[in-house]
Amino acid sequence: MKGYLFHTDDDRREMLRSIGAESIDEIIDGQVPQALQMQRPLDLPPAADEMSLEAELRALAAKNCSVASHACFMGAGAYDHFVPAVVDEIASRGEYYTSYTPYQAEVSQGNLQVMFEYETMVSQITGLDVSNASLYDGGSAATEAVLMALASVRKRNKVITSDAVHPQYLDILKSYLVGIDAELVVVESNDEGTSESLIDAIDDSTACVLIQHPNFFGRLEQVKAIADAAHEKGALVIQSFDPISVGLLKSPGELGVDIAVAEGQCLGNPLAYGGPYLGIIACRKDLMRRMPGRIAGQTTDRRGNRCWVLTLQTREQHIRREKATSNICSNQTLLALRATVYLSLLGPQGLKETAEHCVVKANMARERFAASERFELVHSGPIFKEFLVRDREGDVFGLMKYAAENGVLAGVPIADVSENACGGRYDDCFLVAVTEKRSEAELDRLMEVLDSAGKAESAQLAQTV
Amino acid sequence: MRNQQATNLIFEMSRPGRRAHQLPSLPESGEAVSALLPADALADAPPPLPEVAEGDVVRHFVNLSTLNMSVDTHFYPLGSCTMKYNPKRNERMASLPGVADVHPLQRDQTVGGVLQMMYELQNMLGEISGLPGVSLQPAAGAHGELTALLVAAAYFAERGESDRTVVLTADSAHGTNPASAQMAGFSTKTVKSNADGLVDVEDLKSKLSDKTAVFMLTNPNTLGLFDSQVKEIADLVHEAGGLIYLDGANMNAILGIARPGDFGADLMHFNPHKTFSGPHGGGGPGAGPICVRDFLAEYLPGPVVVREGDEYRCQAPAKSIGRVRSFFGNVGVLVRAYIYIRTYGKEGLRKVSEDAVLGANYLLSKVRHILDVPHGDRCMHEFVASAKRLRKEKHLSAMDIAKRLLDYGFHAPTVYFPLVVEEAVMVEPTETESKETLDAFAQALFRITEESGDLIEDAPHSTKISRPDDVAAARKPVLKWTKGE
Repeated sequence: MKGYLFHTDDDRREMLRSIGAESIDEIIDGQVPQALQMQRPLDLPPAADEMSLEAELRALAAKNCSVASHACFMGAGAYDHFVPAVVDEIASRGEYYTSYTPYQAEVSQGNLQVMFEYETMVSQITGLDVSNASLYDGGSAATEAVLMALASVRKRNKVITSDAVHPQYLDILKSYLVGIDAELVVVESNDEGTSESLIDAIDDSTACVLIQHPNFFGRLEQVKAIADAAHEKGALVIQSFDPISVGLLKSPGELGVDIAVAEGQCLGNPLAYGGPYLGIIACRKDLMRRMPGRIAGQTTDRRGNRCWVLTLQTREQHIRREKATSNICSNQTLLALRATVYLSLLGPQGLKETAEHCVVKANMARERFAASERFELVHSGPIFKEFLVRDREGDVFGLMKYAAENGVLAGVPIADVSENACGGRYDDCFLVAVTEKRSEAELDRLMEVLDSAGKAESAQLAQTV
Repeated sequence: MRNQQATNLIFEMSRPGRRAHQLPSLPESGEAVSALLPADALADAPPPLPEVAEGDVVRHFVNLSTLNMSVDTHFYPLGSCTMKYNPKRNERMASLPGVADVHPLQRDQTVGGVLQMMYELQNMLGEISGLPGVSLQPAAGAHGELTALLVAAAYFAERGESDRTVVLTADSAHGTNPASAQMAGFSTKTVKSNADGLVDVEDLKSKLSDKTAVFMLTNPNTLGLFDSQVKEIADLVHEAGGLIYLDGANMNAILGIARPGDFGADLMHFNPHKTFSGPHGGGGPGAGPICVRDFLAEYLPGPVVVREGDEYRCQAPAKSIGRVRSFFGNVGVLVRAYIYIRTYGKEGLRKVSEDAVLGANYLLSKVRHILDVPHGDRCMHEFVASAKRLRKEKHLSAMDIAKRLLDYGFHAPTVYFPLVVEEAVMVEPTETESKETLDAFAQALFRITEESGDLIEDAPHSTKISRPDDVAAARKPVLKWTKGE
């Protein structure tokens, strides 16, 4: 067993001599009382060499279905968008991924400039003034935005949201609000969306309204109307948005929201079974000092050169401790780098075209479901890249299993997203997501597999009978 | 040779009409976007992102990368944030098809391989910590702290002890401890350190009461000292009805040597990016899995992986506090931790800690002749020196030394932390540095203390920039590029 250690036995002897110790045990015994030391080796597998371990890992990886082996129509907050080769190439440079948090600005200008460029691009896609250098993921970013709003709008503790917001985001919000004096009101969405019922729920005790647009079902919300109503009552508006959608749709800033949050996985980051992901947050300038997480800013050095540093750190835990605006002391720089490279590659036109592909192909898929006997579209009206399908035969799980066995990840059963998602009223439904990566042939394949599932099941049924 | 291309912003390279990315044509059978989306929802134009060629992008970001120090290029003698070698096999295996491109909402049967890895990792972390209940969900160490405190709050609430509202933190603790406690709805009180740099037990006693919920402890602590009274401390807290939380930031010192569960901790988090060699990534991503005693396991956030025969399944524990993050967690980081632990195995992890302790004590024995080391003749994985005397005698601050070290090709140590040491210079060599590197670092430190004041106060000299104006940056924040400015 060598691992990644350096010292030869001679090195160790010489180092011990310099320390003035007989053995490493002597050093450890001098500090960790014998009674507190383990008296046995750890019960772990034996050490594995690189070749054997890689073979084992490859075998484990091969057990999984993935978007490499299957046509993926799964979304619900994580999407199979195309990742250009340049993104992987840049992100795999050790100077980026093995570097430390840029406290020493002189030797971190690379990362700091990337953060500054990332923050600029987030401002551009959100249409808002200020971004930080990223948060954990879209879900916790939504919660951090709510905490920000509660701290900014004094003496109001009501948070209004809709069940057309990602159910897991609402779950996170509920977990965090346990420690905070706040009331959460979740408005039920209906076939017309949630706009009207949300507007009705806003009152003088409302601190903020959290909406998602396009919403969890891929539908458009009336953000502008909600924002106007909220502002009239003195409440803030938070929008969770899809960064790809702003290639076509009005940005959160244009719609009048105060804080925008997003899951940045779609911007050049791998699916990786859920993480690490990229939490995007941006806000109006007057809320800047309430923003959690790291921020890079521009300044000059002694020689007058333009340069970048981490700034506004008085908001952070390592200076004010008990008075910190949040406990977050990391960010997702490497994923923010990927997003920055991705957005640089796409540019305005590439982002627009990617969004167009999503809209056009998602609608093509929706037409196919509308024409199928087994399925029913739950909603009408415009969608961005996702839509909700009801299985009239009520066998969503069986259907997904059959599709996976036949090379298609056909969608996300709503009941899999969260316990009691949307009050259980869509438990016989699944979400279908279509990105630019899906071809017409794959759309045909999806319907072919889902249709044959019906036949396979009836054939099986006939046999049993 | 100054590289101008790494100085310009990508926005300044933009030229209207330049493109790097080409999509296939839209399907002819599809409807036009204008027919599919209402006009009032559409933007007049897409966001004003840079318009650049692929070659621009590659050169720009490659050039920027050369302006970073990194573990691949330099030694980081950085206390409190273990910066060890990042194995390349971890990177390759974590990006395998079937790992990196698995959708988080795939049904359990289609991700058996990933779930098996995560299940085994849960068990391995449970064994290493001595705390068998494991949730891999938290996305960072501080996120793990918050999550564990929410678990503690749920536990007390169910026992009808919601009036336990106080979290105690050590004055040498990471700043995230009190901040996390606040977020979980607790108020905080600080417990002092004694002259030896350990928890002042008398002060702790005076602060324990029937209001005490949790004492958050770092052991080995931020001075690199193992608190030998930790069991007695845990007993006192338990007698008062509270729980012990262990900040796992310093686990690199005690792998296979001592287990938090054995010395009294009830809950803890791991920093896989510190202890198990996940790359720091310029500030992230990390992960913050938490481990807890049996009786707290049912409150953990879901999903956790359970095994049924040969099948692995995700489920939420019975009285789960709910989610703290979307989907499963930072799986990519966790897979790297899994590979690292498997590479060392049962005997090897102890060896990691032994060599980390050896390296730190070796460097301590050399540095002691150069700077004062106020606490402890020996240390665990790190130690804290003080530049107080140099400051008095030569007007050299800890920051000056840190900046000058950059010229010698070493990343700066952590300075001014922990707050309990004046002019603190905190050093953690880790087990993945050779004796030669440690000698060279000590030598550089020695030479700096012999250099003239001016040379040091103006340092660093060899870097692209020197001593940026932090005050101006904070006073008039410029947080984005604006055209024409």
